[in-house]
Amino acid sequence: MRVTLHVWRQPGPELAGVFVRYDMTDVSPDMSFLEMLDVLNQQLLARQDDPIAFDHDCREGICGACGMVINGRPHGPRRATTTCQLHMRSFPDGAELWIEPWRARAFPVIKDLVVDRGAFDRIIQAGGFITARTGSAPEANSLLVPKADADLAMDAAACIGCGACVAACPNASAMLFVAAKVSHLGLLPQGQPERAARVVGMVAQMDAEGFGACSNHGECMAACPKEISIDFIARLNRDYLKAVVSHPSSVVRGDGGSNG
Amino acid sequence: MAVTGVILFLFVVAHLLGNLKIFEGPAAFDAYAEGLRTVGAPFFGRGWLLWIARVVLIVAVLAHMWAAIETTRASWRARPVSYRRLEPVETTYAARTMRWGGVLIVVYVIYHLLDFTFGRVNPSFVPGDVYHNVVASLRVGPVAAAYIAAMVVLGLHLYHGTWSALQTLGLNRPPTGGWRRGVAAAIAVLIAGAYISIPVAVLAGMLR
Repeated sequence: MRVTLHVWRQPGPELAGVFVRYDMTDVSPDMSFLEMLDVLNQQLLARQDDPIAFDHDCREGICGACGMVINGRPHGPRRATTTCQLHMRSFPDGAELWIEPWRARAFPVIKDLVVDRGAFDRIIQAGGFITARTGSAPEANSLLVPKADADLAMDAAACIGCGACVAACPNASAMLFVAAKVSHLGLLPQGQPERAARVVGMVAQMDAEGFGACSNHGECMAACPKEISIDFIARLNRDYLKAVVSHPSSVVRGDGGSNG
Repeated sequence: MAVTGVILFLFVVAHLLGNLKIFEGPAAFDAYAEGLRTVGAPFFGRGWLLWIARVVLIVAVLAHMWAAIETTRASWRARPVSYRRLEPVETTYAARTMRWGGVLIVVYVIYHLLDFTFGRVNPSFVPGDVYHNVVASLRVGPVAAAYIAAMVVLGLHLYHGTWSALQTLGLNRPPTGGWRRGVAAAIAVLIAGAYISIPVAVLAGMLR
């Protein structure tokens, strides 16, 4: 099949970017989207051009490294699919594809389609963990977790931190990511002691990173390759309000309180 | 944003219930308008509770606008380089028009106050004769049309606002996921429709 690509090429963080057109022929419908870009990069290298920089790692849809906006949709047109798991058969022959990086102040472009998602790491560092050593997996019946809570925690823990939620949000808000990370620990017994400090610290860091304000469009949920529900955003808001009421000092300090 | 939104939502409902008394005739409607000033007597003096409500509403409106401007500016700052295009999937027309809808509602409220509270743009304003003022204004075709259009805008704003406020306040829970948007839409249609019934009734000659 044939495709026409318009790829965002930006040589460096402070440099201006432009769309560059590439006409591809002999694309196999069974190629993944990234394999198609690999083929293009081989052609670019063969003619001494700079290959297109893009993030990728596992190519199994579970690491969260890859991601680009394809025709206005983060990770492309298929629901619940990362860019690496998207196949060229998802597009019609002769398709015209506009490929852009995630666009957010908090995700500065490093090169071409690669963005710096260090903001997510710093949000995790602000409380997205359990301080105490929990050791290896405990004996199953020593710490009881209701099945419904375990399932919900698992749904939230499915977040791979790819950043598609931020990319899809009209406000470039990171609420779905933070909600998933706050919820998967907040639903489990091990997460309870630091629950209030966690949510306050992570939200403060999210704001400090310059993400936008959630206005409940729901685009994040539609773009999420793991289909994480915006119900977790309601849960995040609930946890945050409770934390503000019960631990007001941690809000003033903005450092996540007890573990700060 | 959500807290002030809830206050304003409650006002919209209370105002609607009061307005619908117009269908009970001039005497009942004017008595209701007078009742707003005497309610709470003898503990409160004439108009006290009305002014307390007005102050609460003015503060709520200003806080709501401030929150809207702050979140909008934060969002604009958050994406300095925009996409060539971003395809909407999940969002609604109501959600995308919240900001302009809010501006239109402010413009409408100013006109509405000039029309019925200050009487400046009312064709024949008679202080205290509320029924007469309403009918005199809404009998004018373009004015009635503007009121109806404003209520459609309000309905869209309420549709996104209702379920969005519950989301922000953390009250949305998974079991209601399937129907809460439908309920929000039904509430919005009910409120906007009930408001629109008044100019329609005036135009149809039911209220004269």
